[in-house]
Amino acid sequence: MDVRKENDTALMKNRTAVERTSEREFVVTRTFDAPARLVFEAWTKPELLKRWWAPKSMGASLLSCEVDARVGGSYRFGFGQGGAEVIAFFGKYLEVKPYSRLVWTNEEGAGGTAVTTVTFEEKAGKTLLVLRELHPSKEAVDEAIGFGEGLRETFGQLDELLATLGASRQGL
Amino acid sequence: MVQHVSDRLDASFAALSDPTRRGVLEQLGRADASITDLAARFDMTLTGIKKHVGVLEQAGLVITEKVGRVRTCTLGPHRLEEETAWLERHRQLWDARFDALDNVLEELKQKEKVNGRKKRK
Repeated sequence: MDVRKENDTALMKNRTAVERTSEREFVVTRTFDAPARLVFEAWTKPELLKRWWAPKSMGASLLSCEVDARVGGSYRFGFGQGGAEVIAFFGKYLEVKPYSRLVWTNEEGAGGTAVTTVTFEEKAGKTLLVLRELHPSKEAVDEAIGFGEGLRETFGQLDELLATLGASRQGL
Repeated sequence: MVQHVSDRLDASFAALSDPTRRGVLEQLGRADASITDLAARFDMTLTGIKKHVGVLEQAGLVITEKVGRVRTCTLGPHRLEEETAWLERHRQLWDARFDALDNVLEELKQKEKVNGRKKRK
């Protein structure tokens, strides 16, 4: 019931919501002001995917994008910097149901295969998109969350920032 | 150590999976509050809100202290940031992607409109 409520809120605001729904699963929700047919097209045609999958803020550019959106077809996204490929994401399509459902595997991870399920639900000309990422194990999720030195360093910086902000607020 | 961190993350994510509990955290982010304040704000019974606060407290997200007859709730130190920072990074990536996708969709819609007009003529 709560999920439904949140979906309705997402419908109104066009906001991206991310939630951890279980030990192994994350859900991303967003509404688009376009019919499911067009949203589906933008998720399955490489020339369209290329234009939004690697936004500038990601810090890496999409060097190659091969997508064969058919059951059993493969995809491969190559990311890099300065023209050299640094990392690639790849897998196979398990389900391709035009305008309503896409399921693919993510086979790049060392800890096993993750499965992504995307559903497209049209309502009054808008499309509610729900993306579920099911990871192979809790350990794989922990790895994804990546608490380690990097994160600790980030939090260290956050602490410093908060301290600075706190100090400047007191100065006001 | 890693197991300990991982257990804590589990408890925290479970605690965060409920909209009322997220609301309580947001509220406590603005100011400390008593159980009675929170019950009034979320339109719940004292028992109901105590249960939610209990889950948050177990996950280390909230600290409570009883002074006299009033139990005051405060945000736990640093716990929330670990979970939310990761989820927030994840959200930001998808949000940036989806903003770009909005533009692509707008263009597709315009194209269809133009093509539709041509066909009708």
